[in-house]
Order: sequence, then C-alpha cells, then structure tokens
Amino acid sequence: MTPIPHKTTHASRTAGLTYILKKSLLSALVALVLFSLMVGVRTEAGSDGQLTYWTRFGEVAALVAGVFGGSIVIELLRQWIGPAGAEKLVPPAVQSGMSFVGRYLAPALLIFTLLVPVIFYNQRYILDLAILVLTYVMLGWGLNVVVGLAGLLDLGYVAFYAVGAYSYALLATNFGWSFWVCLPLAGILAAFWGVLLGFPVLRLRGDYLAIVTLAFGEIIRLVIINWQSLTGGPNGVPGIPRPSFFGIPLDNSDDGLAAKLGIEYSPTHRIVFLFYLILALALLTNWVTIRLRRLPIGRAWEALREDEVACRALGINTTTTKLTAFATGAMFGGFAGAFFATRQGFISPESFTFQESALVLAIVVLGGMGSQLGVALAALAMIGGFELFRGLETYRMLVFGMAMVLIMIWRPRGLIGHRAPTVYLTKAQAISSDLVKEGHG
Amino acid sequence: MDYFAQQLINGLVLGSIYGLIAIGYTMVYGIVGMINFAHGDVFMIGGFIALITFLILISLGLTAIPVILLVVLLVAMAITALYGWTIERIAYRPLRHSFRLAPMLSAIGMSFVLTNYSQVAQGARVKPIPPFITGGYTLHESADGFVIQLSNIQIMVVITTIVLLAIFTWLVSRTRLGRDMRACEQDQTMAALLGVDVDRTISMTFVIGAALAAVAGFMYLLYYGLVDFFMGFVAGIKAFTAAVLGGIGSLPGAMLGGLAIGLIETFWSAYFSVEYKDVAAFSILIVVLIFMPTGLLGRPEVEKV
Repeated sequence: MTPIPHKTTHASRTAGLTYILKKSLLSALVALVLFSLMVGVRTEAGSDGQLTYWTRFGEVAALVAGVFGGSIVIELLRQWIGPAGAEKLVPPAVQSGMSFVGRYLAPALLIFTLLVPVIFYNQRYILDLAILVLTYVMLGWGLNVVVGLAGLLDLGYVAFYAVGAYSYALLATNFGWSFWVCLPLAGILAAFWGVLLGFPVLRLRGDYLAIVTLAFGEIIRLVIINWQSLTGGPNGVPGIPRPSFFGIPLDNSDDGLAAKLGIEYSPTHRIVFLFYLILALALLTNWVTIRLRRLPIGRAWEALREDEVACRALGINTTTTKLTAFATGAMFGGFAGAFFATRQGFISPESFTFQESALVLAIVVLGGMGSQLGVALAALAMIGGFELFRGLETYRMLVFGMAMVLIMIWRPRGLIGHRAPTVYLTKAQAISSDLVKEGHG
Repeated sequence: MDYFAQQLINGLVLGSIYGLIAIGYTMVYGIVGMINFAHGDVFMIGGFIALITFLILISLGLTAIPVILLVVLLVAMAITALYGWTIERIAYRPLRHSFRLAPMLSAIGMSFVLTNYSQVAQGARVKPIPPFITGGYTLHESADGFVIQLSNIQIMVVITTIVLLAIFTWLVSRTRLGRDMRACEQDQTMAALLGVDVDRTISMTFVIGAALAAVAGFMYLLYYGLVDFFMGFVAGIKAFTAAVLGGIGSLPGAMLGGLAIGLIETFWSAYFSVEYKDVAAFSILIVVLIFMPTGLLGRPEVEKV
C-alpha cells in the first residue's frame, strides 16, 4: 500500500492562538463526555447485592481541565517542533555517532552488568530487579529470533515460557531431577512445542498467524489451569527445588558451597548465583543469535522476512526455515521458563497470561526488531520503568499502557532503528529500519 | 433431542453477541488492515456505560421498561462510539502509515489502558444488576419433564442482532458512507484522489464498530446480569477468533464465525466439559485454518511480486 501524503499543516500554523484554543476546547468537550459517566458516577455493589452509586463531579472537572491544559501544551509543542521529515538512510554524522555509541555502549553495559552483584551486594531489591530484567532480556532475545529475524508474528510466546517452567517444575518435584538435567530438557520440550505450533501455521500469514499463536498460548494456559491432576491447576506447583552449583547445594548445610569454600554462609550467595546464571543464559541466547545470523539458516530467516516469494524462487525451503525459527525461539523461551521456575520456587498459571506475551513482544518491537542491544535496552526501560511505578498500585498498568501507546507514536520503529548487515560489499553500513521489512508471516 | 434444541438456542444467543463484536474487528481490519486489540475493551466500556445509565434512570424513578431500555441503548451507543473515535484519533491515526506492528502494539497498550481505566474508575468488583426482562415461552415439554425454554431476553438479543445486521448491511451497500468505506478498503490513495475523505471514513468505521460493540455490551449486561472490568479481554479474544474463523475482512463471515464460536462453546460445555470449552473453540479455529488458511468466507490472498 502506498502511503498517502499527510495533510499539510500550514493552515493550522498560521491560524495561531485561536486555533489552539478551539482545538483544546474541543478535546475538553470530548473528555467531558467520555468521563461523564465512567468517572463521574461510581457504582458499587452493596452488602445485600444491590448496586448503589455516588457522583464524583470534582474528579471529572479535574480530568477535563487536565485534558484542556494538556492539549494546549501538545499543540504548542507540535507547532514549535514542526512535522518531522522521514529519513531513509542514516546520515553519516549520526551513523558515526551511533557506531561510536554502539561500539562502546554494549561492552560498557556488559561490564556494568557483570559488576552489578559486586556493586549492589547488600541491596537485595536491586539484585532481584536485575534478575527480573535479565529474564526479560533473555525472553526478548528469544522472541527476537521469531519476530525480528524471521518476521513471524508470535503473540503466544509465553506458552513456551510456560512449557519450560512446568517441565522443570514437574520433573524436579516428581522425579527429583536436578536443574542441570532439566534445563536442556525444558529447552528441548519447548522447542518440540514450537515445532508443533509451527506445523499448522506454515501456510498462514499476517493476522491469521497472529490469532493462531495467540490461541495456542491461551490453549496451553487453559490446559495448565484445568489439568489439575498433573499441574495442580490454579494452585500451581509449590516447592520447586532451588538450583545447585553443579551439584553442590547453596545452603547452610555442611556440604553446602559456603562450607566447602570455608566462607560464612549468606542467603545472598544464592541470589548472586541466580544472577550470573540468568546472565549466562541470556548471553548464550545472544551469542547463538549473532552466530546464527551469519549461518545459512539465519540468512534464510532474514530472507524470509524480506520476501517469502523470492525465498521460494531461490530454492530456500520455507517449511524448515519457519519451523527452525519457531523451534529456536521456543527453546530459549523454555530455558528462561526453567530458570523462572527455579528462581521463584513456585509457579502458577497466573504468570503465563497474554499480558506477558504482549510485554515481551513490546520489548522486541520497542527495541527495534532485530537489534540485540535495542532489545536489552528496551527490557531495561520497560521492566525498570514498570518497577518505578510500583507505588502507584492500580494505576501502574494504566501508566504502562499509556507509555506503550506514546512510545509507539514517538518511535514506531523502536529505540535502535537501524540494522547492522551481516553481508556487505566493501564497508559495513548501517541500514535504517524503514528499509527493513517486517515480514508477512 | 430437547436438550439439543435448548443448547442450540443458547448457542445462537451467545453467538449473536460474539458476532456483533466480531463485526467491529472485521470492519477495522478490512479498512485499515490492523487488529484493533482494544475492541474487546470497548465492548466492556459499553457494558459499563449501559449499567451506569440504568442505575441513574431507575433512581430517577422511571418505571417504563421499554423507555429505559431504549434510552440506555442510545446513551451507551453514543458514548461508546465517542470512545471508539477518540481511541482511533489518539492511538492509531498517528501510526496509520507506519509499519504493521506499531499500530498493533499501540492497540495492545490501549487495551491495557481501557481495562485499568475502568478498574480504577469503577472498582475491581463484579457489578450485578437485577434481571429486567423476565419471562419467556415454553416451546416444548417432553415426557420426562425436560422443558425447552425461550426467554424474552433471548428473543430480544436475536431480534436486535438481526435488525442491526439489516441496518448495517444497508449502510455498507447502499449509502454514500458505505461506498466510501468500500472504496477505502480497496485503495486508499485512489479513494482520496476521487474525493473520499479517508480520515473521516476511517473515523466513522471506528465509530460504527464501537457502537455495535456497545450494543453487544448492553445485551451482555441484560443477558448475564453483570459486568466487570476484565470481561473485555475474553470476549474480545473470542470475537477476534470468530472474525478470523469467518475470514477477517468479510462481514457475513464475522457473523457466521460468531455463531460458530457460540455454538461450539455451548455444545462443548453441554456434552463434554465446561472447563475445556475455550480450548475446544481455539482448537477448532486452528484446525479450520489448516485447511482454509483464509477462514470460512475470506478471499484467498493473491500475492503480487
């Protein structure tokens, strides 16, 4: 579809103050109607089951005033900044700046991440948050293989996370298998489910693919909830064993790691161990992805994203290409799931809702669909930002949703909007992501 | 046999509600080519506005049920339509010519906003209302005492759906707006060149979709007697499934898909297990799509190189 040129805004620019006031008044009027009943009238079921209501006109007035003021500010800003022109190729100055930042930002971030447990050793909260962020970095990198590289829209990624988590939880609690045996198994099982999902969707494209992956995620969640004899249903699986340091438990016992090393036991050891474990898993995901991009299979994924018809014409087997993409992405999801289970010690279906899938997808898209550094930064921003608003309680998801909308409007192509090509003639040149297709599959 | 007939009635009523929501999905998809993830929440907002209007009207002392129903329906449709318009204006219009995933994520964000907005504004508890339309007809009574009931509310839901579909079909096929909508669906640039106001047409599509979702919310409230802030998610996914099952972009397909999902759910709960009714609906979607990749009534996608 060819883009339609935007309506020119010159007329509005000359109109000035009256135009702004008129537009803001209109926004305020719309806000008044929108909020009149939903905010202005609060309903609540009484003790006898009868609904009662009371009015809150003050809140409505405040909101409408807020919208009025906000839209004046937005209009002023819009006139001040003016319409932004689209740039196709990254300009050289920006590119050299980006490559400078890109060259040093990633190693700097990595070194900082490695040092986090040293710097924040006594701050349990920060360590826990860092582990959470790294889990999402890993999930983002895993989903990036499917969405960013192969261009297959997956709205049910959390299903593989759930498969990995439940694989480890059930194997460990029922058979007493160790984490290090279950971790590969969880990955393999998740990859198997990825192939299972891949088969029916081979012929599907676009939104048909989206709904099938979404349905798949929901099916997995519903089966986990309802298969109570195996999974414990909504009550979840409690008492999942903590991971050991390759067989040596991280506890206060005589054969624990602390005792063997001859140092004083501290519960922080386990947190630090978990931190490095997820860091290693995430870096493994990253390394495998970077290597795969240079292998024929990775090139086939990116070719598939760019043009499926051309792919077939060149003799690329699209079936295996799609299935390997699903399987690889799912495997990393499974690893992350097993880690999640061992870290939490308790899992329930509530952790594997559609919101998680949406969150991971948001991280990938916000990160720039294919940029490894971008995904890591996006995970940090999303999860960290989400934590910042912890005090807001119920308003948190509201703010989160608004942020998602605003970020998409601000940077539809993600934080890091360019790609590093893996093949080039003489000189590696960053490509603006406007030129990168997002795939139809 | 009697049991089957009763389930058929229940399934058709549920399917009508799904179908009305599915039309909103399919219309938006047809014209802008995006999944409006927030549509299920628009349906929920419609239910809430209907509930609040009911409460106000009753506390004002109105007793004429038909008048109350009509006023509630109109208010819910009007305000929810404005919600649809605002959502399009804020979250989708700036991303109209952006790449495919951006509006979808913006829609998911909008869906979070709406869900939590109603939780914050109206509380997390389920809001029940007493039944307004009572009574019904006994169609058949078998020897062992099983009665096929057709309640008045079920009749109302089905008749409202049929009337709305008739109006809607007329709107799309006979009016200027419908012609504009179909033109935009085929080629927005060409439509704009021929004097169609594309922005306005797309806005109107969202307005109509939201109004239909409000009707669905209103009927859900009457039929089940309750609303809560989370009902939009499940209903939205089901309706989206219905739209895709019928072939997304096709209006009769959306209704057909809605009825199919409603019937599958009802019969699965009646004959197999209630717990797995959603699994059944989703599995049948996947199976149908394996053999008909563009749904029941969807046009096959022609790929141009």
